[in-house]
Amino acid sequence: MGKITIDGMEVEFTNEKNLLTIIKKAGIDIPTLCYIDELSTVGDCRLCTVEDEKGRMFASCSEEPRDGMVIFTNTRRLRKYRKLIIELLLSAHCQDCNTCSKNGDCRLQHMARRYGILNVRFSDYRERLPQDHSSPSIIRDPNKCILCGNCVRVCEELEGVGAINFMKRGSEARVTPAFGKTIAETDCVCCGQCRVFCPTGAISIHHHRSWVWDALEDPDLRVVAQVAPAVRVALGDAFGIPEGENVMGKIVNVLHRMGFDEVYDTTYGADLTIVEETKEFLDRLEQGGRLPLLTSCCPAWVKFVGEQFPEFIDNVSTCRSPQGMQSATVKEYFRDPKNNPDGRRTVMVSIMPCTAKKMEKERENSYTKGEKDTDYVITSTELIEMITTAGIDFNSLDPEASDIPFGYGSGGGVIFGVSGGVTEAVLRNLTDGHSKDVLHNIAVSGVRGGSQVREFTVNYKGTDLNICVVSGLARARKVLEDVRAGRKQYHFIEVMACPGGCIMGGGQPIKIGREHVKNRTDGIYRSDKVASVKKCGDNPMVLSLYDGFLKGKEHELLHNSKFCAKNFR
Amino acid sequence: MLDKSYYDKTDEIIAVYGKKPSSLIPIMHDIQETYRYLPGELLTYVAQQIGITESKAYSVATFYENFSFEPKGKYVIKVCDGTACHVRKSTPVKEYLCKALGLSDEKHTTDDLMFTVETVSCLGACGLAPALMVNDAVYSKMTPEKAEEMLNTLKAEAFGGEGGSEQ
Repeated sequence: MGKITIDGMEVEFTNEKNLLTIIKKAGIDIPTLCYIDELSTVGDCRLCTVEDEKGRMFASCSEEPRDGMVIFTNTRRLRKYRKLIIELLLSAHCQDCNTCSKNGDCRLQHMARRYGILNVRFSDYRERLPQDHSSPSIIRDPNKCILCGNCVRVCEELEGVGAINFMKRGSEARVTPAFGKTIAETDCVCCGQCRVFCPTGAISIHHHRSWVWDALEDPDLRVVAQVAPAVRVALGDAFGIPEGENVMGKIVNVLHRMGFDEVYDTTYGADLTIVEETKEFLDRLEQGGRLPLLTSCCPAWVKFVGEQFPEFIDNVSTCRSPQGMQSATVKEYFRDPKNNPDGRRTVMVSIMPCTAKKMEKERENSYTKGEKDTDYVITSTELIEMITTAGIDFNSLDPEASDIPFGYGSGGGVIFGVSGGVTEAVLRNLTDGHSKDVLHNIAVSGVRGGSQVREFTVNYKGTDLNICVVSGLARARKVLEDVRAGRKQYHFIEVMACPGGCIMGGGQPIKIGREHVKNRTDGIYRSDKVASVKKCGDNPMVLSLYDGFLKGKEHELLHNSKFCAKNFR
Repeated sequence: MLDKSYYDKTDEIIAVYGKKPSSLIPIMHDIQETYRYLPGELLTYVAQQIGITESKAYSVATFYENFSFEPKGKYVIKVCDGTACHVRKSTPVKEYLCKALGLSDEKHTTDDLMFTVETVSCLGACGLAPALMVNDAVYSKMTPEKAEEMLNTLKAEAFGGEGGSEQ
């Protein structure tokens, strides 16, 4: 509590944890490359350094606010100091900006522009290190690493994986996996959060755009797209559309324009998932099967369980993810000559917020009848780049509806994109009726909310069901440890690796901070509101499928016959 | 894969300090003291046991110059190259030792695992510059000539107490 004078303005503070937060609240965008509110503070980059009235300089991220402080954030000395830091960072940074995947989106580049660095006086004497392309999801380029440690902290503190860390020190310091391993040899779960928090292009998405372009030009192929729920509330970010606005209609239009033969909606696959997962859950509950049931939609989480908690493998739902169900179903549909009179081969392109989906599609259990279910996964970021490449003015596009029969999804399918959404959709399916009150009661049961671990109890036909909703694998690790030790008993645990759910996925346009989680979450819930069918099990297109060609094939198309954490080494 | 006896020994060492993250450095010290180096497999094993990630353990182990993943010689010769030692000509001493033992900047240990030569930044014995250490003993005011004498003594000690010479 108290007052601080920042650049001559008096600013009140209460319990802010550091000076940097107060400076930001005062409307000053203090530069930083390593400070992230959700993670531990390391004070690595020194860019947030400020000066006090006595000329003392200190990093505002690691300074406790004190009443009566007088500080300056933009003095001649500070500008010189920050310029020098940026210049030094640039001197030890591969400066292939024009050919960097982060070009235009790089925080180091922004910093250099912001401080008017027009010349770097120091030359780069470092040896060029090889890039690591081993992961199906991300590419690591150590030559672009500025050692801010964001990826290290994210991987350990948020995701509980710790695949990478610093090695050595001083001029020899690097960020690498242990013992010179490649990323694929570590426990990396492919969530891509390191890529989100990396200020430069040192960690980027493994791009698959050119394969998709090639497929689109091949007349012998039927190229089919499926678009995940979370993509529609984030894609607009790149085109100046207000954050969280659902642009699914425009996405369908642009995909048609780019040459996709069919554009389907992954919410359909999500509806299938919920129908199957609800069945499985009730089955386990009534037959005394393995509980808690762990959700299986998030491939990063599935890999995490497989590698770190193998004793829980049988708890993981056998349901394929929405991507998996959708792809398998679509391919099966076009295997029937009636639906495929010209005999074209179907290529499934899945548009995802997620880098781990690129790994999921490679898993041994992502094949049906010997054929890969999903051929290509491209992230929202890659789709944005494709739209830009095609030169299509996204903003001026009229919305279009997705194609039938796999383009219609319920509100329950849409909310898959946020943490808690899978659970909420299951609860809707378990509950009779779909009146406003019924839906409202589910929404306020504890399933929604901003915290990354949410525990609550609902009653189902006289049985109290203990449910836990988690996002971020570090927290999921704690939850599973509690379950293992018998400290907690749950019936159902939903886990999404990315904080806030798929909306904050590793392949989304980069936005860091709680306000962005909220904007995207709100966008998803708004999309649910305008959906006429709220319960996945009420989706008429899904119901007709069960009576139609899916009959007798539920297990083959919608379930994993065996557990696979990964299959890409 | 290391022999089981290595893991048993490591278990003993871990038991001394307790299975907690803060035990990492003392455990690494004791392993290195036992085997004269820190086998990578054991570091991974320790990390699992005390509940930290492998990458974290590797990070700590590589931060300190002291820990080595390569087997070291019976005699570890640490030539000081701090400012005082450097200006008092520690370089020729190091050069002599490397030449005499067939070592280089890339190769620190002799093939028979008898001698390791490395440079350290400061031994804190600036008054004795140029100084070096062989295991725990400090040798002061070194010259290449004195180093030769020292090596001969060590070799005599190493290759048999009966005064046997090298083949």
